[in-house]
Amino acid sequence: MKHDVKRDVTVTIDGKPVTVKEGATLLDACKSHGVDTPTLCWAENLTPVNACRVCVVELEGARVLAPACSRKAEAGMVVKTDSPRVRLSRKLVLELLGSSVDMSLSSAFADYSKRYAAEPARFGKKLAPSAAGVRESAHPGHHTVLDGTRAETVAQPTKVDNELFVRDYDKCMLCYKCVEACGTDAQNTFAIAVAGRGFDARIATEHEATLPDSACVFCGNCVGVCPTGALMFKVEHDLRKSGEWDEKKQTETDTICPYCGVGCVLTLRVQDNAIVRVTSPSDSTVTGGHLCVKGRFGFTFVEENRRADRGGSD
Amino acid sequence: MDLRIPKDEATDAERSAVDAATADLNVDAKARRALLLPALHALQSRVGWVSKGGLYYICSRLGVPPAEAFGVASFYALLALTERPRAFAHVCDDIACLAKGADDLCREVEARLGPAAHGHQKADAHSQKGKAKASGWARSPCLGLCERAPAALVTIAGDKPADCAFGAATAAKIEAALRGKPPAIEEAYVASEGPRRLLARIGVADPKSLASYRANGGYTALKRALELGAAGTLRAVNDSKLVGRGGAAFPTGRKWEAVAREAARPHYVVCNADESEPGTFKDRVLLEGDPFAVIESMTIAGLATGSEHGYLYLRGEYPLAQARLENAIQLARSHGMLGDNVMGKGLKFDIELRRGAGAYICGEETALFNSIEGLRGEPRNKPPYPAQFGLFGKPTAVNNVETLVAVLDIVRDGAAQYASVGTSDSPGTKLFCVSGSIVRPGVYEVPFGTELGALIKLAGGITPGRKIQTILLGGAAGSFVTPEQLDLPLSFEATRKAGATLGSGVVLVFDETAPIQEILRRIAAFFRDESCGQCVPCRVGTVRQEELLSRICGGKSTLRIELPLLKDLGAAMRDASICGLGQTASTAIESAVALGLMERKT
Repeated sequence: MKHDVKRDVTVTIDGKPVTVKEGATLLDACKSHGVDTPTLCWAENLTPVNACRVCVVELEGARVLAPACSRKAEAGMVVKTDSPRVRLSRKLVLELLGSSVDMSLSSAFADYSKRYAAEPARFGKKLAPSAAGVRESAHPGHHTVLDGTRAETVAQPTKVDNELFVRDYDKCMLCYKCVEACGTDAQNTFAIAVAGRGFDARIATEHEATLPDSACVFCGNCVGVCPTGALMFKVEHDLRKSGEWDEKKQTETDTICPYCGVGCVLTLRVQDNAIVRVTSPSDSTVTGGHLCVKGRFGFTFVEENRRADRGGSD
Repeated sequence: MDLRIPKDEATDAERSAVDAATADLNVDAKARRALLLPALHALQSRVGWVSKGGLYYICSRLGVPPAEAFGVASFYALLALTERPRAFAHVCDDIACLAKGADDLCREVEARLGPAAHGHQKADAHSQKGKAKASGWARSPCLGLCERAPAALVTIAGDKPADCAFGAATAAKIEAALRGKPPAIEEAYVASEGPRRLLARIGVADPKSLASYRANGGYTALKRALELGAAGTLRAVNDSKLVGRGGAAFPTGRKWEAVAREAARPHYVVCNADESEPGTFKDRVLLEGDPFAVIESMTIAGLATGSEHGYLYLRGEYPLAQARLENAIQLARSHGMLGDNVMGKGLKFDIELRRGAGAYICGEETALFNSIEGLRGEPRNKPPYPAQFGLFGKPTAVNNVETLVAVLDIVRDGAAQYASVGTSDSPGTKLFCVSGSIVRPGVYEVPFGTELGALIKLAGGITPGRKIQTILLGGAAGSFVTPEQLDLPLSFEATRKAGATLGSGVVLVFDETAPIQEILRRIAAFFRDESCGQCVPCRVGTVRQEELLSRICGGKSTLRIELPLLKDLGAAMRDASICGLGQTASTAIESAVALGLMERKT
C-alpha cells in the first residue's frame, strides 16, 4: 500500500525520550533530537551501507555498537551517543582512516577529528605511496609482510584518463557512495564496483579499464557524492595542482539546466568567471542530487567566447 | 539491461566450460546472477585461470555488468585473474602447519618451483608470472588438514580437473601431485570417549554407499521426523537445548522456529560447510566420512522449517568432501531420498552444492548468502537476521555441519536420551579438533564437560619429551589458555566463565618450542588477509594490528610501548566492526598478551 499508516516509535537517546515514525533510523532520531552524529559514508540520497562505522552508537543490551545510519529505531531502545565506548570507536575509525587515506579535503573529517581528539600519527609514519598498478595487482588473501615501522596507506598516483574528471584513489575511503550512485541508487550504469579484498579492496572498472573504455557515461554522479575529493572535476584538479584553486574567490549560483525539459537544478561553482564544478542539491525533488553528462559537464558553451579568446586550444 | 561488455574473445574451451556450468538460463535475473561463482569456478578448473575473454563471456551469458563480475572474481583467493600454470599448489603456512615446519616446507617448494605466484613474504614475488612454467605455487591459509600438518592443496585444471588435498606434505609429494600423481587418500584419525554419536559411522560405513549408510542407522532419523511432523521435530530440537557448533552457539530450535513462523516464501535451508577457522577440521571429517548424514539432517531441517530447497556451501579447499557429497546427493536423489517425494511420504526437498573459492569470510552466514547470490562475500549488517531476510532475501535456516548432524540423534532418540551425557546447560557430545604437539591428533567426540586435560590425554598427551606451553582454544578467533587450566571443563558455560570460548572446537596444543610471537603475527596476518574490506575498523584495524605485531616480532618495539594501541585497536574492532571477523580479530592476541605469552623468549 502506498499510504501505510506509520506508527510512532519512542526510543531513549542519552536519557531523553525521542519519538520518530516507524522505519526511521537512529540517525533520524538523533537528528530530530538535535544530537549531532558524525557520518562519512552516509548520504541522504543513497542507501546506507554502514561501512565507515563513524556513526556507531551504544544500544543497551547489545553486545556490540550499532551504526546509527542504518539501524532502525525500535520501541524501547535505549541509545547512548556519547559513552566512552562510542567515543573510543569513533576516534579509532577516524584515526584508522586518517592514517591510511588522504582525508585532507574533507572538512567534516577535520571537525570530527577535533571532536574526538583523533591522532592518526599514533600508527607511525606513512609508507611511501605505491607505484601505479601495484595496488591493483594484489591477489586476495596475500600481502607483502613488512616490518611494521611504516603505516601502510592507499597512496598511489592519480588516474587521469579523460577530460572531465579524475580519480585520485589516494583519497578514497571506500565509502561505496560512487558505486551506489553508478548503480541502482541513481544511474544504473554499473561501470564501477568494489574489487579486491581487505585492505586491497578498491573501486575499479573491469580489469582497470580506463573510463572511456568502460561502461561509464560520464554523468559524474560519482563525483557528486564523493565525500573526500577522490573523484574530482578535472578543472578543479588542474587548478589545485597549479595552486590557483581559491575558495575565497568562488561563488555558487543555482540555475536550471538548459538542455532538456526535465528542469534539473544546477549549482554552478564559479571562480574567476569560469565554472569549476557543477552539482545539484541532494534535496532537490527533480534530481535528488543526481545529473546527466550534459547538466554535469556540458557547460563549456558558456565559456565559448573566452575559449576562443585563448585560441580554442583546450 | 543494456550492458557494455568489452570485446575480448573467450576460447572454445572457456565457452564450453561456462556453458556447462550455466546450462539452465531460463530463470529470473537473481537466479542467473547466482550462477556467477559456479561459472567462474568452471573457468578456473578448465583452464587454470579466469581470462578477460572468459570473464566477459560469463557477463554476456548471465547479464552481469563486467565491473561487478570483476569485483566478485577478484574477491576469491582460489581464482586467478592473471594467467598461471594449470597445475598449482597451495601450501598451508597457517598456525597449525607453522608449528609443524611449514616455513621450511615453503622454502623447499620455492627452491624447486621458484618464487610464489602471489606475494606473501617477498615484495619482488608480486609480478611473477608462470606462463612458461608447468606448475606454480602460493602460500595458503588453513586448509583444514591440521591433524596431518603441514598440508597442501594441489589443483590441476583441464578437461578432467583433478584437485587433491593432503597432509604430511613434503616438497617431493607436492611435486608428484603437480605431475598428476597424488598421494593415496587418507582418512582422518577419529576417536571418542563415551557414546559415539556424531562419529558413529566414520570409518564404519562406506561414505560412497547409500546402502551402507542405511545399514548403519542412516535415515532412521528422517523416518522418525516424518512421523513427528514439523511441530514435533521442532519440539525435539528445542527440548535438546542444541546450540550451533560453528562458533556462535545460537539455539538451533529457536532459529528453526523463527524460520518456520515466517509468512514469506520460499524458505531455505543452508548448510554452512565453509569450515575455514584455522585449526578446525571436524566438519571436513563429517563431510568426507558421513556425507549422507549431512543430507539426511538437512532434509529434516527442511521438514521442520518448511523449506523445499537446501544449499550446501562447501569451502573450495575440500576436494574429497566435494566428490563424496556430489556422489551422495546423486544417490539420494536416485533413491527417492531427495526430490519431490522424499521417502515416499510426499515431502519435497532437494539440495544444491555450492563451492566457496577461498574466502574465510564466506563462513559468516550473511557473507555466505551473498556469495551464493553471486555478489561479493561481504557480510550484511544485522538486523535483519537470516530467519527473516536470508538467502535471496527470504527466511533462511543456516546451520553448521556438526549442528545438523547432531540433530539426527536428537530426533531419533529424543531430547532426553541426547541429554544423557554432557552438562545440564550443554547437553550431548561435541567434536574437538585436537592438533599441534600431540601424540594422536584427530577429531575427538567427548561429552560436554570433559576436562581439557582429559581430552588431551585421550589424544595421547603432548609429544613425548615436550611440555605444554599454551593451548589455543576455539580457533584463531578463540583464545589461549595455559597448562594450569587443564581442569577447565569443555562446556559452553564453563569456558564462558573462564573468559574463553569453545568456538569451533579447536584444541591446538603448542609445546615450549613453538614461536608464540610468530604465531600471533600469523594470526594477525590471517585476519588482515581474510577481512572483506567493507568496514573501516576491520579493513584498516587488522593491518595496523599486524604492523604492531611485526614491530614487536622484529625487535623494533616492545609490548609495553604498543599495549595501549593494541587495546584501543581491539576495542574498536570488537565494538564497531560489521561482523564476527573484525569483532574477534584481536581476541586470541589479547588473550595471549593477558597470559604473558608475548614476553616469553621464543
